[in-house]
Amino acid sequence: MKVVVTGASGALARQVVQLLVNDGHEVLGLDRRPWPDCPERVQMFRVDMRKRPAEDVFRTYKPDALIHMATVTYVSAGSEERYRINLGGTRAVWEYCENYGVKHAIFVGRHTVYGAAADAPLYRNEDEPLMAGSTFPNLADLVAADLYAGNSIWRRPSVETAVLRLAYSLGPSKRGTLANYLRGPKVPTVMGFDPLFHFMHEADAALAIFTSLKSKLRGVFNVSGPPPVPLALLCRIAGCRSVPIPEPVFPAILGRFGFSRLPKGSLNHIKYPVVIDNQRFVEATGFKASFDEIQTLRAYRWP
Amino acid sequence: MLNHLIHDEVQTRLDSLDLDFNAYGHDPVGISREHLGVFYSMLGFFYKQYFKVTPVGLDHIPPTGRAMLIGNHSGSLPADGGMVMASLFFDLNPPRYIHGMVEKFAQTIPFLSSWFSRIGQFTGLPEHAVRMLKDERLLMAFPEGVRGIGKLYKDKYKLVRFGTGFMRIALKTQTPIVPFAYVGGEEAFPAMFHAKSLAKLVGVPYWPVPPYLLPVPLPIRCRIHYGEPMFFEGDGTESDVVIDGYVKDVRSRIAELITEGRQALGDTT
Repeated sequence: MKVVVTGASGALARQVVQLLVNDGHEVLGLDRRPWPDCPERVQMFRVDMRKRPAEDVFRTYKPDALIHMATVTYVSAGSEERYRINLGGTRAVWEYCENYGVKHAIFVGRHTVYGAAADAPLYRNEDEPLMAGSTFPNLADLVAADLYAGNSIWRRPSVETAVLRLAYSLGPSKRGTLANYLRGPKVPTVMGFDPLFHFMHEADAALAIFTSLKSKLRGVFNVSGPPPVPLALLCRIAGCRSVPIPEPVFPAILGRFGFSRLPKGSLNHIKYPVVIDNQRFVEATGFKASFDEIQTLRAYRWP
Repeated sequence: MLNHLIHDEVQTRLDSLDLDFNAYGHDPVGISREHLGVFYSMLGFFYKQYFKVTPVGLDHIPPTGRAMLIGNHSGSLPADGGMVMASLFFDLNPPRYIHGMVEKFAQTIPFLSSWFSRIGQFTGLPEHAVRMLKDERLLMAFPEGVRGIGKLYKDKYKLVRFGTGFMRIALKTQTPIVPFAYVGGEEAFPAMFHAKSLAKLVGVPYWPVPPYLLPVPLPIRCRIHYGEPMFFEGDGTESDVVIDGYVKDVRSRIAELITEGRQALGDTT
């Protein structure tokens, strides 16, 4: 099968590409960033998703499937840029899929789109509304992209679409949203709150994405591995130094005294949990994570 | 870190509790063995020495599988829920863990929020109740809600209106209901009036004031009377009339158990 992977140079995407190559697929990687030592069966195209050269890849190579991983977070891009890449890019690639006969498309999204709030249920299933637009405004573009891809299920019926809402991925690459949060010399937490964090090993995350393609999934699915872990315990096992900060002074402390810089709206996501129920995904694919929560944290700590 | 605060008996009973802890003592919904141990150690003092609680009918609690324990609120301090937890931990063999449902505002309060999470007391949402029951856990609910703890001493043991949500969940999840009555709590903390301004200031629904003014309960004997499991037919989609009828049956049974309990305490007022 010929598979387009957008955002192929990303840490998680590289692992997905490797699984595809190992399984005998031909991979067309699209990314603005380079991947100099990519595997032999991978053709890399340094293109912007919304520009003509990207469309030309679809037009020329007529791929069978798409795995869309070219989304960015507040860590690497400003608001305007995020809307352009996340929403504009998603819209563009789904149009290419429809126009050039791609049969199956997978949108790799994030579980944080559900949003963290005091009165939200602990475990979210796919029927829960996406509240991150209000609980964490910096995620609004990802919510919009997730919903856009989800709408494609009925707007573009010729493309079998699956939307995956992945728990944080964590592992030896030390890349990703959660890894960024844990990276600083001191991890800021909100005093008196210890929310559950839901994450999975990056190898399991890659395997889940690959499995979605193999299972020809259609619909919206939460993807997670082991049970969630309280933040304080997470920091302890991952070898990070967590420092509880009283909520009133939290915004003033960020970006100073060795604490990482976090957007204002992130406070809710450090106070309250976002935990997902992956039952639907497990039933549809038979997926089982290989790493438990402790192994995952240790893999992050000692790659 | 907190292990030294856990009593030996509690440590032993925690080992046979029906929870699946990982290597670091946490279960899949975030309950911490250590936090639970400290909490049970504290409850043990109130359960055994302070209120000297006598549980009756513990054999009605299923040894395994799901059940909903439905009872009355007794007294203006919600010690009743803690004492039910303690009775299932200290006097049931093997012990069973029971989830309670807390008010939404509790999740916004620092420390209280994380402690409730670590001891498995979740916000009172139907989604939580259904998940815990489908996971074959025990769940405790007080259908009188906040209205129940807002009763003054002059209205003691008068059941206020019951919410009906618990019944629809029980039917939807095919869960037996174990009714129970908690008695003695009204005398342990006799609320004479509510300090409304103080309640508003602190952000709680009520601030009950007893005749002796201090916000502490008296060391008065309490009893918990558990009744036989009640089974109802349906799938939770029944009309309000049907549900109201079922809820009335549970309410009546709890009223009978309250009468039994009060007679056993020698309270005939």
